Amino acid sequence: MAKTLKVGDKELELDEDGFLKDPTQWNKEVAEAFAREEGIELTDEHWEIINFLRQYYEQYQIAPMIRILVKEVGKKLGPEKGNLKYVYKLFPNGPAKQACKIAGLPKPTGCV
Amino acid sequence: MGEELDKVYNVELKPGAGENYVCHLTKPEFAEKMANKMPTEPLPDDQMVEVALKRLDQLRKERKSLQLYLDICVRCGACVKQCHYFLGTGDPKNTPVGRAELLRKVYRAHFTISGKLFGSLVGAQKLTPEVLKNEWYKYFYQCSECRRCSVFCPYGIDQAEITMAGREVLNSVGLATKYITQVISQVYKHGNNLGIPEAAFKANCEFLEEEIKELTGVDVKIPVNKEKAEILYLPPSADLFTNTDTMMGVAKVFHAVGADWTMSTYASEAANFGLFFSYDDIKAINLRVVEVAKKIGAKLVIFGECGHAWRAARQYMEAMNGPLPFKFMNILEYTAEMIRQGKLKLDKSRNDDVIVTMHDPCNMARAGDLVEEGRFIIKSVCNNFVDMDPNAIKEKTFCCGGGGGLLTEEIMELRMKGGLPRATAVKEVVKSHNVNYLAAPCAIDKAQLPLVMEHYEIPVQVGGIHDLVGKALILEGQEEFEAEQAAKAEAEAAAAEGPSVCGLCDAEFATMEECCEHAEKEHKISKAQCDMACEPKK
Repeated sequence: MAKTLKVGDKELELDEDGFLKDPTQWNKEVAEAFAREEGIELTDEHWEIINFLRQYYEQYQIAPMIRILVKEVGKKLGPEKGNLKYVYKLFPNGPAKQACKIAGLPKPTGCV
Repeated sequence: MGEELDKVYNVELKPGAGENYVCHLTKPEFAEKMANKMPTEPLPDDQMVEVALKRLDQLRKERKSLQLYLDICVRCGACVKQCHYFLGTGDPKNTPVGRAELLRKVYRAHFTISGKLFGSLVGAQKLTPEVLKNEWYKYFYQCSECRRCSVFCPYGIDQAEITMAGREVLNSVGLATKYITQVISQVYKHGNNLGIPEAAFKANCEFLEEEIKELTGVDVKIPVNKEKAEILYLPPSADLFTNTDTMMGVAKVFHAVGADWTMSTYASEAANFGLFFSYDDIKAINLRVVEVAKKIGAKLVIFGECGHAWRAARQYMEAMNGPLPFKFMNILEYTAEMIRQGKLKLDKSRNDDVIVTMHDPCNMARAGDLVEEGRFIIKSVCNNFVDMDPNAIKEKTFCCGGGGGLLTEEIMELRMKGGLPRATAVKEVVKSHNVNYLAAPCAIDKAQLPLVMEHYEIPVQVGGIHDLVGKALILEGQEEFEAEQAAKAEAEAAAAEGPSVCGLCDAEFATMEECCEHAEKEHKISKAQCDMACEPKK
């Protein structure tokens, strides 16, 4: 049985890792639905990260290096939040796997 | 042996416990990219056995070592309790000899006279599609090819070679994992495991150059795609994603000794997942390295902090891709040599916040003689180092639980169970010596061990060896920069303490804080912008 994600009245197909099978289906409602499944309530701070991930992905076709993400968070949300601990507070399962999934990016693979 | 580690060896048998751990099957778009030609989907049952047997026959004839390992095992069981996956799961099939028997039973039944005549009496069993799909596919992907068992085997049977052969037979019938084939596909497309495209790779390196500049005041270059260079450096691509402190540490070493080095986006990966998949793919991945090295005229190729990269290079590159017109070494050997030659200015006290122990990556310790260099480097850059139990280090090191192509989410439970012996040995030195830094010079370790430590609630940071080198290494010009920064900070602090003047009304105050309060109240200038009004009294 293929896994699916319920978004409004639609059922979107997921791959075996739980990521969107067709990344073009992503929209804000999809992010909300993923987040709900992961037990996260999306705040403005979450959205700053999601938006940055998507913008970076559009430019480079890969998720940003974690250090770049953390630096960006510091710039956007204040230097006291520009650290990995804060990012993990927002996305407890990590920026690479959890934040990317919610943001509709492909799953990073390799030694990560 | 330490008491806690001793307890790990008292395993309660749980037959079949490993049957629940199954890796996702590959997809046609990955399978078709493999150098080891394979069907893109599992073959129909009626073809499976014939194809598998043909491949097994071919492999045993091509690889004399495999034939020897198939014949020589006396099933003494010395390997059983040396396997971390057995210690973690208790499944008797999940042992080195148990997994090898899957292959041997079939070998005896189809290729030996005694097996053909006496069948199960001599431990022979004919191959069926079910055996391939249910037993081989599950259990050959529950071996991390760490070869700890081989250290304890009286015949020195190399279990990794058996697992590799088992997986190659599985490939021939279209049974391979998504994780490994996807990673290898990325290498063929982008030159690295993570699939970092050229533009992003270059941007990452520029970003790290800026980071080093910000921290040290020194212009350290991280060159990419230089047309000619003495040294070609191969990082694990995770060092350009998560483990950036390792990459920065390495770049600083090259800078400090004035090396002429470069990385290449065509071969931007030390790792070689071919080792977990097939000889053909080991060779094809190594070939990319050889091609680039030749093209840029490199005299030396250096492999970064990656465990199995070292086995793929040390044991296969010359034989498969040689003769090689360059020398190759590991970054641990290189940095150790630079330290010995006195070329690095090191301040150990900069690592006084850490008490370090070292996890030996399996393939460095058991496949490449790299056990002393890491320790030598750590002791040269840190004041506090302590080794774990002798049964858990050097050639007896325990796998992190995620090696061998098993670093994938769907078998997370198995990964945590396999990490138990390593976690226990770390726990002992945390208790006895307050260790807080687990140095692990391998990207798989750096991804797997933090999860294992969290799982077993062991409060240590996991990081590379070059992360520590980078902290202790003082570059030319760095101390002047640091002195300037310190003086600036001191002046600012002193100014904030001392008498101040409001530039807007010339009022004087005993401290900067009082002046800022005044400016906010009287001139409506917020405290954040206080410097628009207040300045230290001259």
